[in-house]
Amino acid sequence: MNGPLRKVSIFISLMMAALLLNITWISVVRTNELNADPRNRRVRDAEFASDRGAILVGNTPIAITNPSEGRFPYARSYPKGDTWSSVTGWYSYDYARSELEKQYNEELSGTGSSQAVSRIIDLLVGRQRQGANLSTTLNPAAQQAAVDALGDKQGAAIAMDWETGEILALVSAPTYDPNRLSTLDLTQERVAWDELLNAKDEPLKNRAVREVFPPGSTFKLVTAAAALENGMLPSSELQSPQSLPLPNSNRSMGNSTNCGGTTVTLEQALVTSCNTAFGNLGMELGSEKLRAAAEAFGFNAEPTIDLPAAASRFPAEIDEAQTALSAIGQFDVAASPLQMLQVVAAIANDGHMMQPHVVRTVTGADLKVVRSMEPHELSQPLSESNAQLMQQMMESVVADGTGRPARIDGMTIGGKTGTAQSDPDRPPYAWFIGYAKDPKVAVVAFVQSADVERDDISGGRVAAPIFKAILEALR
Amino acid sequence: MSVPRQPAATGEVVVHLQRRNVELLLILLACSFGLAGWIMTHLALYNSLPPNLPLVAGLWYGLGLVAHLFVRFLTPWADPVILPCVFLLNGLGLAMIARIDQIPDPPRNDVASQLLWTSLGIVLFIGVLILVRDHRRLQRYPYLLFIAGVALLLLPLIPGLGIALGGAQIWIRVFGYSFQPAEVAKILLAVAFAAYFYEKRDVLALAGKRFMGLDFPRARDLGPIALMWIAALGIMVFQNDLGTALLFFGLFTVMIYIATQRPAWPLLAGVMFIVAGFLAYNFTNHVPRRVNAWLDPFSNYDANLQIISAQFGYAWGGLFGRGWGMGRPGLTPLAKSDFIAGALGEELGILGLMAVVMVYALISARGMKAALLCPDGFGKLLAGGLAFVFSLQVFAIVGGITRLLPLTGLTTPFMSQGGSSLVANWMIIGILMVISHRARMPQIATATPQELLTPDDATAVITR
Repeated sequence: MNGPLRKVSIFISLMMAALLLNITWISVVRTNELNADPRNRRVRDAEFASDRGAILVGNTPIAITNPSEGRFPYARSYPKGDTWSSVTGWYSYDYARSELEKQYNEELSGTGSSQAVSRIIDLLVGRQRQGANLSTTLNPAAQQAAVDALGDKQGAAIAMDWETGEILALVSAPTYDPNRLSTLDLTQERVAWDELLNAKDEPLKNRAVREVFPPGSTFKLVTAAAALENGMLPSSELQSPQSLPLPNSNRSMGNSTNCGGTTVTLEQALVTSCNTAFGNLGMELGSEKLRAAAEAFGFNAEPTIDLPAAASRFPAEIDEAQTALSAIGQFDVAASPLQMLQVVAAIANDGHMMQPHVVRTVTGADLKVVRSMEPHELSQPLSESNAQLMQQMMESVVADGTGRPARIDGMTIGGKTGTAQSDPDRPPYAWFIGYAKDPKVAVVAFVQSADVERDDISGGRVAAPIFKAILEALR
Repeated sequence: MSVPRQPAATGEVVVHLQRRNVELLLILLACSFGLAGWIMTHLALYNSLPPNLPLVAGLWYGLGLVAHLFVRFLTPWADPVILPCVFLLNGLGLAMIARIDQIPDPPRNDVASQLLWTSLGIVLFIGVLILVRDHRRLQRYPYLLFIAGVALLLLPLIPGLGIALGGAQIWIRVFGYSFQPAEVAKILLAVAFAAYFYEKRDVLALAGKRFMGLDFPRARDLGPIALMWIAALGIMVFQNDLGTALLFFGLFTVMIYIATQRPAWPLLAGVMFIVAGFLAYNFTNHVPRRVNAWLDPFSNYDANLQIISAQFGYAWGGLFGRGWGMGRPGLTPLAKSDFIAGALGEELGILGLMAVVMVYALISARGMKAALLCPDGFGKLLAGGLAFVFSLQVFAIVGGITRLLPLTGLTTPFMSQGGSSLVANWMIIGILMVISHRARMPQIATATPQELLTPDDATAVITR
């Protein structure tokens, strides 16, 4: 009987080997994914029991962890939470986290790979683990101005140093108080969540970076840049009929402004925001070149900002009529305010597109800099000379075109208005994007439901004051 | 492997080393693991030693010492590694139950009754050593043992005595203690099967018709055992105790394979198992749920919370574990009983869990070794069958918790909370010790009646 017994022994060892291999598999393959699962209460509770790092503007904390009594030894709090909610996001026990709290969770909680050494030291000396602090690039005056200017409108505003890519202000309105979601009173937390989630003006949506909208006429900047890159000049002439019939369709494109004639130069078309001229320009360039230009500016790619952000879209495989519509930022073109800000900033920075970032340094609990973000050039979507031509045209838009409401005495300002509609029953979106030469700031102002006429001047009238308010604050 | 050879009939004697002192040392070492776990739990949670440490330590080492002394005098030739392994596992199980006791506020004291059951298990282990001086005596009453086993299996169906927990009607309640008679029935039936198979092995293997490459035994040979098997299996399935039924199926298969030496039997059993699994998947409610919880637990988070929580525990524990008292095993439902392997993985880490699996493997290996060395066929069958079922149980439950297999409601031998399984496993170890004692006794080195004995590496041949 020993023959079968030996074979049974081999079978037993195979079973045990399978167990050991599977346990190894758990350890090697599944662990990270399981620990990253937001439903893993073990990880969550441990995080809530640790001293999370602060988020700082200058030396002032906008998110800080204080000692607390009760179930957890610490509580997260947000001084002036309403002002900074679009940047800090919330840090909630039941509803995960958002914005910087999400993006830099590992650093804030002290579990990041860059903090491995200090973790081991903490372990050896028996010190409690402490998270790293984030120093941001934000400017309190600009942020406050943006919050005040947006008021309780649904919209967004971002200001960025176009030379370095540092974000100076980032607001999605209406704002909310993240303290309500980060409370350790879990009943109140649930009530606040339900209320904020179901509120009519949807404060939990981050319209600045995590939502995309039709960019409308602001997209004409991309179309104009594509034209210059493809050999045209600001003085090149374009057909600008009152109404442009769209090929293979019974629809036609109209103008909402006076283009100043049936043949206009590219510069004039931009200054008056002439739809038909840009529709013609788009068809002349063709969808491929237009899309290449949009993608050079960052459309159809993952955003590079250090916040959870949504990618902007430029459609592929479109016919002539759709190309014409896309050239004026309609049809399926969708951009986040951040994306349009990057377009303006690249133009202002002579064609060099900088990586936008909110965090300047990550500082360990021992005040040692763990990581620091240097200005980083992403790409060059257009040449220096073409960028300068674009600047001239944009400055004319503000000086004598649709952008007049954005003028500030003593500042050189270039900009572009936009009004876009998603469907006829909704109020249009109002945009204003622009830059100032000194201070070196690019700003996007966006209002989601501007209760005004559907023309560009009106859009400018709603969004431009927000733009102006932010620039005034940074002066 | 050396060539089998017939030792000359000149009175050569095969003598194994007793190694009882090694066993004692190993037992003391093994007991320390569980005790250390308990102490570390208290240090981590309360920063102090456990309140009744001297008493418990004395009791625990005392139990090890008593078990060892009985082995030393009753079965001095038995394998010296089996008992330390069992104390190691039992101690870790007790420590883990004591640790999970600390989670609710105020702490529970389930570990006290588990320690009581452990003591009872050790008493019964000693009882087996005393009563069964020679395992071949068990061979005499296959039918009687079978009837006793079936009677035990049927006990939970008696109204007033039996109780249903978790959908399975397999418990009885006596004096406030619930007990699972199937655990003891398992031993009786294993002995009965071994006795029957040993008696009929030749007719089962040789006398019969050949059909589809398999020598089917005559109905008069296979009939009684098939009837017993179907009756026992039927009761278990009826009671919804599929885990035990699975073990039983494996036990039967391995025994008939060892007895007849025909590989067609396990192949046939494998086919039957697949067919049964297929039918269960298509015609029952809870088997598809178990399969879903195995393959894709996250598709239904709330229903599969237990298995998912165990996975979170493994991930949270990582390679080295959170340490005694520092994990969150209480988040997994039934962490003390069915899911104790999850709690171990969380606090002792992947490495700790692997070590525990290795200790189980060591017990199985020693059981198989006893079977290989055993001079008589009945002992071979019984030891081989018990060792196999032991490892099959470990495979099924640990594999179920780690998502290697669908989960079956089995206990983790010597570790899970629950008296019946603990007591039954201690008795099984007693039987293995007796067989091992017989197997390693000095004996005249002649071939066994069945076949040539292969001298093993561990055996020393000396001339008298």
